[in-house]
Amino acid sequence: MKVGYYPGCSVEGTAREFGISVRKSCELLGIELVDLDDWSCCGATAAHNTSHLLSVALPGRNLALAEQQGLDKLLAPCAACSNRLIAAHKEMTESDTLRSEIADLIEMPYSSSVKVLNYLELILNYGMENLASKVTRKLADFKVACYYGCLLVRPPKIVEFDDAENPQSMDRIVTALGAEAVDWEYKVECCGGGFTISDPKLVETLSHDVIENAEAEGANAIAVSCPLCHANLDMKQAAINARFHEKRKMPVFYVSELVALGCGATPEEAGINKHFVDSYALIR
Amino acid sequence: MARIGVFICHCGENIARTVDPIACAEAAKKMRGVVHAVEYKYMCSDPGQQMIKEAIAEHRLTGVVVAACSPQMHETTFRRASAEAGLNPYLCEISNVREHCSWVHEDKAAATEKGIDLIRVMVEKVKKNEELQPIKVPVTKRALVIGGGIAGIQTALDIANGGHEVVLVERTPSIGGHMAQLSETFPTLDCSQCILTPRMVEVGQHPRIKLYVYSEIESVDGFIGNFEVKIRQKAKSVDTKLCTGCGACQQVCPQKKIPSEFDVGLGTRTAIYSPFPQAVPNKPVIDRENCLRFRAARKKGIPIDECTVCGKCYEECPIEPRKAVDFSQTDEVVTEKVGAIVVATGFELYPTDAYGEYGYGKHPDIISGLEFERLASASGPTTGEIRRPSDGSVPKNVVFIQCVGSRDNAKGIPYCSKICCMYTAKHTMLYKHKVHDGQAYVFYMDIRSGGKNYDEFVRRAIEEDGAVYLRGRVSRIYRKEGRLVVLGVDTLSGKKVEIETDMVVLATAMQAQPQTDKLAQTLGIPYDQYEFLSEAHPKLRPVETNTAGVMLAGACQAPKDIPDAVAQGSAAASKVLGIFSSDELEREPVVASVDENICFGCLACKEVCPYGAIEEKEIKDRDGNVVRVVAQVNPGVCQGCGLCVAACRANCIDLAGFNDEQVYAEIKAL
Repeated sequence: MKVGYYPGCSVEGTAREFGISVRKSCELLGIELVDLDDWSCCGATAAHNTSHLLSVALPGRNLALAEQQGLDKLLAPCAACSNRLIAAHKEMTESDTLRSEIADLIEMPYSSSVKVLNYLELILNYGMENLASKVTRKLADFKVACYYGCLLVRPPKIVEFDDAENPQSMDRIVTALGAEAVDWEYKVECCGGGFTISDPKLVETLSHDVIENAEAEGANAIAVSCPLCHANLDMKQAAINARFHEKRKMPVFYVSELVALGCGATPEEAGINKHFVDSYALIR
Repeated sequence: MARIGVFICHCGENIARTVDPIACAEAAKKMRGVVHAVEYKYMCSDPGQQMIKEAIAEHRLTGVVVAACSPQMHETTFRRASAEAGLNPYLCEISNVREHCSWVHEDKAAATEKGIDLIRVMVEKVKKNEELQPIKVPVTKRALVIGGGIAGIQTALDIANGGHEVVLVERTPSIGGHMAQLSETFPTLDCSQCILTPRMVEVGQHPRIKLYVYSEIESVDGFIGNFEVKIRQKAKSVDTKLCTGCGACQQVCPQKKIPSEFDVGLGTRTAIYSPFPQAVPNKPVIDRENCLRFRAARKKGIPIDECTVCGKCYEECPIEPRKAVDFSQTDEVVTEKVGAIVVATGFELYPTDAYGEYGYGKHPDIISGLEFERLASASGPTTGEIRRPSDGSVPKNVVFIQCVGSRDNAKGIPYCSKICCMYTAKHTMLYKHKVHDGQAYVFYMDIRSGGKNYDEFVRRAIEEDGAVYLRGRVSRIYRKEGRLVVLGVDTLSGKKVEIETDMVVLATAMQAQPQTDKLAQTLGIPYDQYEFLSEAHPKLRPVETNTAGVMLAGACQAPKDIPDAVAQGSAAASKVLGIFSSDELEREPVVASVDENICFGCLACKEVCPYGAIEEKEIKDRDGNVVRVVAQVNPGVCQGCGLCVAACRANCIDLAGFNDEQVYAEIKAL
């Protein structure tokens, strides 16, 4: 299986372990990642707050590049990247006017031939039986609360992926890895997202509630597939504990780390050593 | 030589404002064949009709054209007036210069021009019109009522008390419908069972009502006055003639954990069961899906007679020598002849599990309004105590959410379910009356409490029983330490609201019963995009359908509360009694007919006919051999829609009153 790879800025910065584990897990599963040459910013939240055209043109450029480079599937692990790429693809597919406008701007045509995948969809396409057959280390001690946040499954009419209110894809993946997927309530609640800079208290409250419910429903780990979710739940956990006078230590994994671990990677190969909350306890 | 009279109505100012009646009259006078043309302020009034009658006599008119409102409105009026003056009513035509002209145009000169054209068209048509005679059909003075809820019960009783026989068909083992499940009813809080069960008994004992429970409509043939209905009586596995309803069989049935439909899954029943103790008829049926003997027979693939598993109900049945329990019963199809049909199939609730944000129905303490009714009902699983389904504790507070499904385009239901505002107010009262220290919260979009004593009732819930009403939607419900947290917004204060609660009641939308569309197709009546059955006219013919002889009652037509359903039931009954008041029915002669000499029997007409009015007719030679097949229209069934005319490849079907010659004359006049 050969898939185009759009890393996006965060997996090369704050979410380095996401990038490391995506590459490692794909290597272990035999999925060949072909890096998109000359990739650029997807626009994230900044572009579509500024200009609609810009918000389509930025991801549009990357889609057009992928098409030029013959990549019919493009993996974008970051939830914001995949969301914007999918939205741009959809808008350009549905409007000829917009498509030609964008083509003029980026000086490249785009004929809607690229299918954008988030990491969960990539693994689902790989197949749960195939995944299970590659597992060398059963994650039997893991009771995982799969946290999807907002961008992976929403808006449903744009991403058209899983169920917006009770998604199951990540649950199926961790189950295939031999872990237990906990039934909990905050799967698609907001972690506070980008407000982590402008309104840290709000983010602390929202993320606190997410972690608290995961623990209350019996989870000993949270799995995510979004750099911002990870930052808010993992990096900010100390601040959350301080604010709420708690001493919780809830490890937060990228689902790709769990896949890598399950398929035999060492914790360091999977990027676990980069977490703020110690995550080694469950991996022995 | 044609002698046409043209009568132009001002309709007050409705027509005259934009279409000049005097100019129309002047222009009409110059049309060939027109011998008389006048205008008048209100042509439909008594003096207006008198003008037409007098002109027919004075000018020896051979045709009348009335330029006025839509023929839907007053064609009958003017045709009757013409008939009273001795002119065949089908020689009177309406030129619609109101809906098709004055109401939709502004430019007076152009509109007048168009009005004149519309008159000319009808003058040309009426010249080609022929005298038509009404079709007479005999009437079978027996009615079929489909559905044994309160609407069907009311209809059946009214018809039966009016002196005619009624066949009442109910799908479940007992009549009573949803009303039997309710605890108390708004706006009086009188007990639902106490007002309903006597009526059920009356139905059960009425000498003129023939009751088929556990039965469904298989097919309907025929036409008004002469329907032939096939009814499938599902095998009850109990001989109801022998059974005394003692209930011994239900006591011993080992299958005790089947979710009870009557208790909306909050209670259980046995496999041989009568849905509730006050059921009519109070005789059990065996649910073959769940009965151990039937299950075993299916599993082993053997006939039921050879299966010996369980059989406790049979052994326990005290009837001797032949037991009432009869495993070998089979479905039976009976045929009934009736003259009119009333459909009263009711509604079902939108499922609570369709909202992901409310937990997809997986939390036991998030229930529907109907489930709450069962909790509050003395005949319910908790004998009327409000207890949470999850642990049986009494909820300290309850959150009610209105408009779940209703008025939500995202769920495909833009309509208002009409009853939820009222029953939610009632629920808060019932709750407060039973749990004195409890607190009810209601999330609403609007409070729609139109109806006699309805708004007063809601105010009582708020002011006397202290229900807290919050105007806003709930975005999410989640579990927290055995309780539920409701996240919503109060749009009046503009604040987010978070309520920890013990129980949530969802006022889910009313929907048509499943397979209403199939029944509608069997009956040949129209239904809307939500599968509610369509009335013939939303205001003026609310209980009739477009198929003559088929009436509607209750929530199968649109969401309705009990008083509305009962009123419509009585209205449908009066329509039926109207049909039964004469021995013969007169029907509009506007029906299709086939020229058998040209027809080559492709039967494309049969394919398109929505009423099943077209039959195959065999044409035989002298020796009795079939030489060809042609189409034949049953004038008793034909509704004159004209679809067959358009579909006919050989152009051999014509519609009386709208034949080719007449229609071409209209077109040529333009």
